[in-house]
Amino acid sequence: MVIKRSIMSQLLASVLINAIYAMQNYPIMLINTILAPFSILVIIVLISHGGLIGVGIEGALIMTTITAGIGLQGDLSHLKNDMKLQDMVVSSPTSSATYIVGMGISELIFAAPVIVLLAILAGIYIHPTLMQTLILASVMVITFVFSIVLGYLLSTLTSDVVQSWGFSGIISIVLSTLPPVYYPISYIPMPFRYLAYISPTTYAAQIVQSAIGFTHIAPVNLYADWIVLIAICIALIIVAYKKAQWRES
Amino acid sequence: MEGLLCKNLSKIYDGKIHALSKVSFEFPSHGIFAMIGRNGAGKTTLIRILSTELMPSSGSATINGFDIVSEPKKVREAIAIVPQEARAIPWLTPRQTILCYLLYRGFPYKDAARRVKESLKKLGIERHENTLNRKLSGGTKRKVMVATVLASEAKVIFLDEPTTGLDPISRADLWAMLSGLKKDYLIFLTTHYLEEAEYLADSIGIMDNGRLLAIGSMDELRRRLGQQYSIRIMQSYKPKALKGFRTVGFEGGHQVMASEKKAFMLSNKLIKEKVKFSINPASLEDVFYTVVKRPITMEDEAGGDGEW
Repeated sequence: MVIKRSIMSQLLASVLINAIYAMQNYPIMLINTILAPFSILVIIVLISHGGLIGVGIEGALIMTTITAGIGLQGDLSHLKNDMKLQDMVVSSPTSSATYIVGMGISELIFAAPVIVLLAILAGIYIHPTLMQTLILASVMVITFVFSIVLGYLLSTLTSDVVQSWGFSGIISIVLSTLPPVYYPISYIPMPFRYLAYISPTTYAAQIVQSAIGFTHIAPVNLYADWIVLIAICIALIIVAYKKAQWRES
Repeated sequence: MEGLLCKNLSKIYDGKIHALSKVSFEFPSHGIFAMIGRNGAGKTTLIRILSTELMPSSGSATINGFDIVSEPKKVREAIAIVPQEARAIPWLTPRQTILCYLLYRGFPYKDAARRVKESLKKLGIERHENTLNRKLSGGTKRKVMVATVLASEAKVIFLDEPTTGLDPISRADLWAMLSGLKKDYLIFLTTHYLEEAEYLADSIGIMDNGRLLAIGSMDELRRRLGQQYSIRIMQSYKPKALKGFRTVGFEGGHQVMASEKKAFMLSNKLIKEKVKFSINPASLEDVFYTVVKRPITMEDEAGGDGEW
């Protein structure tokens, strides 16, 4: 029997399992996805008496992409270790790249409502120009790819979902809660400011904050931010390609 | 070669743990092959290697002529697996579960949807089509998993302990269903239910400590064992009279394994002495006990690497 196999079908399978059917049958998951980025935004706005609402919105947008990766890591780990879905997929004609891209799209679909809400808020409070919007979108794409690849890498290395939760918590704190994503880096006193540069989201936030005019950094530093952000993303893709275990050795 | 061919397949972890040692066998393209063994015998390692989830350390295997190491894409088009402990995803319905698996196999949506209906019908679970998996009984969930792989075009199906944890009725249901499939599929299953292997399988492999100790149909296994009959003496009996027979512990009496000739002689003797006994062909349990309890002897008899 000859079958004309479709990559679109293979992508759709992940989207259906991890987004459409999940939302359809467990709508509570959607509410959780929306609440997480907004909770910190609300705190930042309250503490700053509204002064940091713009920074907070762009921070929430970046955090949404990171949350997608964190979510993916948990989802993949659950589907792999508890449901053995990944074992079934490994033994099927779907490649690891198709599986991960499909799962990544599913997280994006989950994140879509919150991105739309934040985009509306950004339109109201930031009034970004086309160039600023493009920069924000580019940074979000890079952080999204970064977080998805990180999530996938960690999920293949974890042997159960409880271990995966440990990673999720650490990633969440290191990438989105502690770094200056929701506020300018200048708020962090020296020498602790250097610690913030451990997190790639610091570079992402700095680019966006600079583009929108919340902070002013020298062009050379801005280029360095782009280079570091893209380099980290590429390095992680290489590491994931080499270390992630699709067919176990 | 169509079907399954393994040559000296081995898996060694950390350079010292031999999960699988030089496993060699072949099986044609149709029928049920059952691999039995105690927990940790190496059954799951073997099935994971054959289904291209795990790389072997050495040796080779082909499925329908395609090498599992160098041609995994071709192999994956021919096979489907329900892994041990695979669960129907609780937030999906059986229809959604099967549909998504078929999409992973690359079927266009329309074809996949049509196949879902056929598979649900084949397994007799169409009435549960739109019930969430989490609301289904254990037996039905298991059937959903089997229906999932059977809906595909794959003709080589791996089922790793498909009936573990099922109640006897669900197990019998699944056996009946699997039995009806053997003419169209190569079904490779692992189990530690000996009666399951005896009931279903055309050929049975016995594994222990990563080694394949015996392989063949039930008749072949009995023949190779050389002790085709099991005699159960229902009372204590003169140990001297049983000298030369292989005896197995049996509460309240003795169980003796014997060749046809010796079984005939002993039976006559027991009848004359009016001793209560029963005689049956050796069961798989008898064969397994014999093989696994005496692996070194069996290897010696084979004069090779664990096969006989």
